[in-house]
Amino acid sequence: MATAQTTALTRFQTLFLGTIGILLFLGIWSGLSLSGLVPKQFLPTPFEILSKFVQLLSTPFAGGTLQEHLLSSVLRFAYGFFLGAAIGIPLGLMIGWYRLLDEIVSPIFDALRFIAPIAWVPFAALWFGTGIGGPILIIFAGAFPPCLINAYRGARFVNRSLIEAAQMLGTSNTRIITEVLLPASTASIVAGLRVSAGLGWQSLIGAELIVASTGVGFMMVQAQLNISTSIVMSAMLAIGLVGLCIDIILRWVEAAVRRRGLA
Amino acid sequence: MAVITFEGVRKSFGHNGGGFLALEKIDLTIADKEFVAIVGPSGCGKTTCMRMVAGFEFPTAGTVNVDGHRVTGPGPNRAVVFQQFALFPWKTVSENIALGLRNKGVEKLEREKRVHQAVELMGLEGYEGAFPHQLSGGMQQRVAIARAYVLEPDVLLMDEPFGALDAQTRTTMQEELVRIARRNPRTVLFITHAVEEAVYLADRVVIMTRRPGRIKEVIDIRSVRTAEKWDKYERIEDVMDLESFVHWRTHIWRSLREEKSGQDR
Repeated sequence: MATAQTTALTRFQTLFLGTIGILLFLGIWSGLSLSGLVPKQFLPTPFEILSKFVQLLSTPFAGGTLQEHLLSSVLRFAYGFFLGAAIGIPLGLMIGWYRLLDEIVSPIFDALRFIAPIAWVPFAALWFGTGIGGPILIIFAGAFPPCLINAYRGARFVNRSLIEAAQMLGTSNTRIITEVLLPASTASIVAGLRVSAGLGWQSLIGAELIVASTGVGFMMVQAQLNISTSIVMSAMLAIGLVGLCIDIILRWVEAAVRRRGLA
Repeated sequence: MAVITFEGVRKSFGHNGGGFLALEKIDLTIADKEFVAIVGPSGCGKTTCMRMVAGFEFPTAGTVNVDGHRVTGPGPNRAVVFQQFALFPWKTVSENIALGLRNKGVEKLEREKRVHQAVELMGLEGYEGAFPHQLSGGMQQRVAIARAYVLEPDVLLMDEPFGALDAQTRTTMQEELVRIARRNPRTVLFITHAVEEAVYLADRVVIMTRRPGRIKEVIDIRSVRTAEKWDKYERIEDVMDLESFVHWRTHIWRSLREEKSGQDR
């Protein structure tokens, strides 16, 4: 059998094999739940989930339709994500440039970044109650580190002579950060934003399971209390789809950045 | 005025046994508006000499002064032309050239005028809006030279500026540099390993020993050039045919070869 390194697949082959994978997955799943090997309550069939999904688009559950819950989730995500980027990127560039700041910030950051965003839930609840601040804090905890790390790495790996060229042209430190480090790190930063969005979106659901009163996560908790597994899975499907959309948008941004030669 | 002096300069890199001595006992004075080329075997520290004038490196012992002031860091009075051009890929040709002027706070109108002059000087008309990656190596280096010249620096530091170019482009650039240097003389420190280039361009050629680099010999080319009237020849090949040129070229070659064979032994 040919290995991944030796064969290049055509676009059609890739699509074909991918479709087989998905069909096989859905087939085994349907088989398991239809055969009765697994109780239906534990594992609803794909078809049930799809029809529940469609139904949730028009019939409110836990105070809203699926898209209403999604909208409030996406808004929370956007706040946390943009906050993470707005603080993480400049800070990352700065610690990539100022050695002293690097020495001061890095140890704290290296310790904090291994704490899973969800670990902040008690504090999110304590500091913000059920307000919007709580989930934002948790999304921020997920989205911030990749932004900072990638901006930092981008800044550290900028071609030495570009920095020297800027210096001999009399460029101030601030201007070196904005006019040299930032554009030179764009590719790295955008890659960081993608990771950041992924982690932020994942953390959001965790945050909503606990502190929110709307949102897809909240909806899942309510469904879980009713032992309504098909609603839980519909919400999971929605989360996956929205996550995919966010990633597609950022991938598009990444490609646009590459095309403009800002690599 | 811009006089560069090296006084008892020593430079070592690394420390705690892992380091090495790059330069030793460098004493050299470069006069105002003088064009000095440093040649030497690779790794002899010639680029380090230039980098210490630029303020990118500092001597381990001794001093490097420009106009009697010790060099403490990079600055626009000492413009650098890098071997790999070091243009900002996200800036257009004009923006690359204008950056130094913007940093100096030169007003927009004045800036545009001076950028235009630099563009004209380097024959870059029509490429003002292009990005560096759209240009050939030779054109990119023209932009880099324009970016340096537009600042009207006291000192121009060139680190093997034509080393990355093909032979034809290289020749054109050498002729252009002579033309520009005549019109607009600056104190120039030019690093190269190409002997012809050094003899053709420089007033004085400094030959360095292999590592740790020391000054082996300083050759006055200017007096020969004046005596033999090199300047009346337009083309580099005409100068290269002259007996005086051949003499010094061969002299420097031999001197460098001694260093090289010593290195191989």
